[in-house]
Amino acid sequence: MKIIRTFMAAAAALAVSAFLAPGFAAEDPGPAAYSQALKGKRVMLVPMAMGFDLAQGWAHYLKTEVEAWGGVFETRDPNWVVDAGAQAITDAISSDARPDVLIIHSPDLNSYAKLMKKAQAAGTYVLLVDNPANFPADAFVGSDWDRLGQLEAEAAIKGCGPNSSKKIGLVQGDQANSSSLYQYAGIMKVLDKNPDFKVVAKPDSNWDATTSRNVTTTMLQQNPDICAIIDFWDGDATGASAAIRDAKLEGKVFLVTTGGGEKTADCDKLQDGTYGAVVMTDLARQSGDMNAVIKFLLQSGQPAGTSHTYIYTLEKATTKADLKPDSCWDLKALQAQAAAK
Amino acid sequence: MNATGWLNWRSLNQEGIVFAIAVVLFIAAAIGLPGFINSNNLVAIVRSVSVLGILALGMAVVIIGRGIDLSAVAIMAMSVAWYLQLLNSGTSDGLAFAYVLAGVLAIGLLNGILVAYAEVPAIFVTLATASFVFGYVRSQLITQDAVPVPPGHWVELLGGLRFLDIPVEVFVFAGLAFAFFLFLRYTKWGRYVYFAGDNPVAARNIGIPVRPMLVLRYVLSALVSLVAGLLTAASLHSINTRIVNSTLLYDIVLVAVIGGIGLSGGRGGVRNVLVGAALIGILLNAMTIIDIPLLYQNLIKAAILLAAIIVDGFINPRDEQTAQQGDI
Repeated sequence: MKIIRTFMAAAAALAVSAFLAPGFAAEDPGPAAYSQALKGKRVMLVPMAMGFDLAQGWAHYLKTEVEAWGGVFETRDPNWVVDAGAQAITDAISSDARPDVLIIHSPDLNSYAKLMKKAQAAGTYVLLVDNPANFPADAFVGSDWDRLGQLEAEAAIKGCGPNSSKKIGLVQGDQANSSSLYQYAGIMKVLDKNPDFKVVAKPDSNWDATTSRNVTTTMLQQNPDICAIIDFWDGDATGASAAIRDAKLEGKVFLVTTGGGEKTADCDKLQDGTYGAVVMTDLARQSGDMNAVIKFLLQSGQPAGTSHTYIYTLEKATTKADLKPDSCWDLKALQAQAAAK
Repeated sequence: MNATGWLNWRSLNQEGIVFAIAVVLFIAAAIGLPGFINSNNLVAIVRSVSVLGILALGMAVVIIGRGIDLSAVAIMAMSVAWYLQLLNSGTSDGLAFAYVLAGVLAIGLLNGILVAYAEVPAIFVTLATASFVFGYVRSQLITQDAVPVPPGHWVELLGGLRFLDIPVEVFVFAGLAFAFFLFLRYTKWGRYVYFAGDNPVAARNIGIPVRPMLVLRYVLSALVSLVAGLLTAASLHSINTRIVNSTLLYDIVLVAVIGGIGLSGGRGGVRNVLVGAALIGILLNAMTIIDIPLLYQNLIKAAILLAAIIVDGFINPRDEQTAQQGDI
């Protein structure tokens, strides 16, 4: 008898618990913890300037995400002036509303290292985006510029073809910005493996379209049989393309560049044949990566400056042949969307 | 030349020195660099300094009149960026151009009036208007650093214009240089620029309308900047306002000063601009052919400027009589 009573009690307990279980399981502890860790946290983006496609794209995607989880998103616009960027970071660290996460687009390898260290000491997580720096940030999110250079060189070699002059011209950015230095290293790695392809000239544009045009004009003047040119940024590659157009070498010189995948800057120019190939960064995904890292760090309880993660964005060389309607994002559409709100 | 047939080195001024350096460089490059003397390359050299030269012409007139216009690059980039932005957002061409022209004239007038009538030093006035023009246009009127030319617009067609295979900006540069030459050399107001630059008080005392002329020079410089901006956009099919942060402004002053236009005013002319532009053009082209990195290019450019100034200092030493009040 005793055993039956025990059995029944157990069955009853089971039935009760089974009855109660759904209500109990519906209270997922995740969202509460998530919201508690993230609510009201401040995220600040300090790009090299706010006036160009990459920064505007990051700002758009990050703002949407950060505000969705109850955080505060701010930007600062140094407008390409390194000092102004340093000032913005200094002010941010010492202000009452110190950001919990600082996203920095470093203009070169060293400029902001001390300030970033100070920010971490104050308890702010530091994320580097796009441009690496000589500083152990909490995370780096952006392109592996070496790999990106390799992709550019491979695209140029493919664009030239096996029966071409095999002469390639480079229009570098400058000799200080990490994106330029590492891109060059990557290109040379591929060309070392393809010794029949030669770099005939490698001037700097200083990221300026007019300079890019002038140096490319000279380069084509000296080597009219160049089969491909790699310009290190779509922001100044309009100059290289103007030089090719002026030299009446359209269709003969394969122009490769890299950019943030904005529609008018990249896809439209691939479509009309101005660029032969563009190594594009998937900006929405890159912004998503940043957001994921931010959410992780803010919940981790880990002190600022103790983790060092590299999250490289998947890069791909896109040509006219593999252009799809969603290959690019449209800045104008984003702006219209923001204005409508 | 003196009686013995040798070039009298004491008669050399900075313009002569720079011209000599340019000729030596040219000959050296012609011998040493394959493809330099090619006619297409020579056209490319002239073209590469055309916009710079056009801006330097405007700057030269202002400097000869004992002033300086630091707002030239800001006006050049921002006026055209605004124009293109208006076009892209659907404003009719005539109206957009009228707005921009009015804006450019207004800034030129503001510069001139503040310098002439409020007597604020030109260097401060134009520095302030440059920041104002950049900041206002960038924040209020345009949405992005780079503004594209709408496809098929006349600015784009202008960029493709060629006569005898020579790009249009070379002709515009040549035409403007000739016009400025005629203005400075043969018109009454042109000659007055020198009087006013050399000694503004004396010029005023003999009845020259010093102040209205000062305003005119800044308006002229602003209009020249607009032309330079349109040519830049024509060639690149877009304008990038980031150029305001570049060293272009210093290059303009460099072209004027290296050619021998004294910053103290009253000296120089169109020829000096041409000599300065020629030196810079040859130098940059040769350095690009040799593939010298940009850092060294800037170093070499600066070293040549310093050398020209030092040699000029030895040959034409300054003393109490030649030094002027208001020397920068």
